[in-house]
Amino acid sequence: MKLSRRTRETLQGYAFVAPAIATTMIFLGIASVAVLFMSFSRVNMVQGTYEWIGLNNYRVGFTDSLLHRAIRNTLVFSAVVVPVQTFLSLVVAAVLNSNIKFKKAFRAIIFLPTLTSSAALTMIFMFMFSMRGPVNSMLISMGLLAASDPINFLRSSDWSMRVIMIMNIWSTIPFYMTLYLASLQELPNSMYEAASIDGASEVKKFFYITIPYLRPITTFVVLTGIIGTMQMFDQAFIFSGGDGGPASSTMTIALLIYRYAFGPGSAMGYASMIAICLMVIILTLAFIVNRINKEERVY
Amino acid sequence: MVGKKFNFWRIFVYLIMIIFAFATLYPFLWMISASFMPLREIVSGGMRLIAPDMSFDSYRHIFTVTQFPRWFVNSFVVASIGTLCNIFLNTMAGYALSRLEFKGRQQIYYAFLALIMIPGQVLLVPNFMLLNALGMIDSFSALIVPVMVNISYIFLMRQFFINFPSECEEAAYIDGLGRLSCFFRICMPLARTAIATQAIFVFMSFWNEFIRPMLYLRTMSMYTLPLGLQTFQSRDEGQMWNQIMAAATITIVPIIIIYLIFNKYFLIGIRMDGDK
Repeated sequence: MKLSRRTRETLQGYAFVAPAIATTMIFLGIASVAVLFMSFSRVNMVQGTYEWIGLNNYRVGFTDSLLHRAIRNTLVFSAVVVPVQTFLSLVVAAVLNSNIKFKKAFRAIIFLPTLTSSAALTMIFMFMFSMRGPVNSMLISMGLLAASDPINFLRSSDWSMRVIMIMNIWSTIPFYMTLYLASLQELPNSMYEAASIDGASEVKKFFYITIPYLRPITTFVVLTGIIGTMQMFDQAFIFSGGDGGPASSTMTIALLIYRYAFGPGSAMGYASMIAICLMVIILTLAFIVNRINKEERVY
Repeated sequence: MVGKKFNFWRIFVYLIMIIFAFATLYPFLWMISASFMPLREIVSGGMRLIAPDMSFDSYRHIFTVTQFPRWFVNSFVVASIGTLCNIFLNTMAGYALSRLEFKGRQQIYYAFLALIMIPGQVLLVPNFMLLNALGMIDSFSALIVPVMVNISYIFLMRQFFINFPSECEEAAYIDGLGRLSCFFRICMPLARTAIATQAIFVFMSFWNEFIRPMLYLRTMSMYTLPLGLQTFQSRDEGQMWNQIMAAATITIVPIIIIYLIFNKYFLIGIRMDGDK
């Protein structure tokens, strides 16, 4: 039997996307329905039972101070890291967009943190900031610290999160800067020349030409920044050995999901409730960023 | 006047460039330096990157005493198989969504658009339970199967085929080539730039992945590098920093080699990111 060309193409089409549909349906589609369902349930992993408890998990969440701490930590982390990394990568890209030598070599070298796994980066930073590590030695030799009194960056509830912030900013700038630089290279030089003829300074050109031109990239950088920082897990996990310490100072939302779901007690339902909250927070922030960007585009 | 200002600006630019490059490289220089030093030299609090008694001892230790070589092979196997699956499945799906006419194509595209919005960490718990129910925990398939397709790269391939003229394929059809052989022998080779770009980024994300191996693997001999790296860490102050840094150095080297060879595709990939 000979199939018509149309039927054949339909069958071929489905055959070609079938593996992609199957995989995404199971591990994204079914998984999302499951996480929503579990957030309303009490899950018993040992007996494999699910008990519908309505909004109970959410109600408990309102009084869970550890959850509030995790949300606050994550929001503060995001609020510090995203603006700083966006601004610094924009400035460095703008500066480097001038006609200079070694630009290619420079771009290749600073790409290193982007290639490195978060596990390796975290280990390097833990070494740098350890009691007898290079950072303490530097502060001591500069006379900012007494030799007998180095800062315990890794075990101090004041410093742990700050070190993770520094690491995150440091490791993401090269990627975003390369992104900005790629876009800047397509900006017609005539715009800068026209501005120069009108007597604009370098600083003015930066604010009135460069920044508006890069607005779409900035939206992308801020969005990926928010999505990434709000889900921060690896660094906090490795830094604290998995417990979000010292004194819950490095507890993030993602780490707390892990702790509740896979720690003692194994509260999968409750962890799912937190996961749903995380998704709502991320989508809300993304929506706001998109909205601001659209409004400013009007004029 | 103009010349003077120009010079000042240039010096400023080079200065920023040097400071920035130094700040970026400094931790890596320390990593390499510490990996060759004896532990007592590291914890003595010196600031020198080069010590007289440097040696390969830490490397010798991690390669002979620990399961590090095994983890290296594991990482390589998982990343290679995962990347191959992604290349074929993403390209096939992207091809079908752009070149083939069939009912429901648009709906599938919208479904993918919706699914791509879900943040990864949200699905950790249900995915663990799914893999547990499928009996895949503590196997490499748990690391590969859930991420053997990637919607972002399906869209990348779809975009590629939309922008690419279809004359070549049509000529192949007239010559009597079927859909499958046409796809594998004509379309895939034509799309090699886009495929190389996705291959590099997919390989890198498999190689660097931490959370999923940590959740899904139980047996130490099954570990991948990022997970193995973490076992070197002890909670007290007696860290063997020289061995940890040697292990970190070795995990980074393969990616740097890939980067040096395929530099061009990294830049293409970054540009595509910005266009989203």
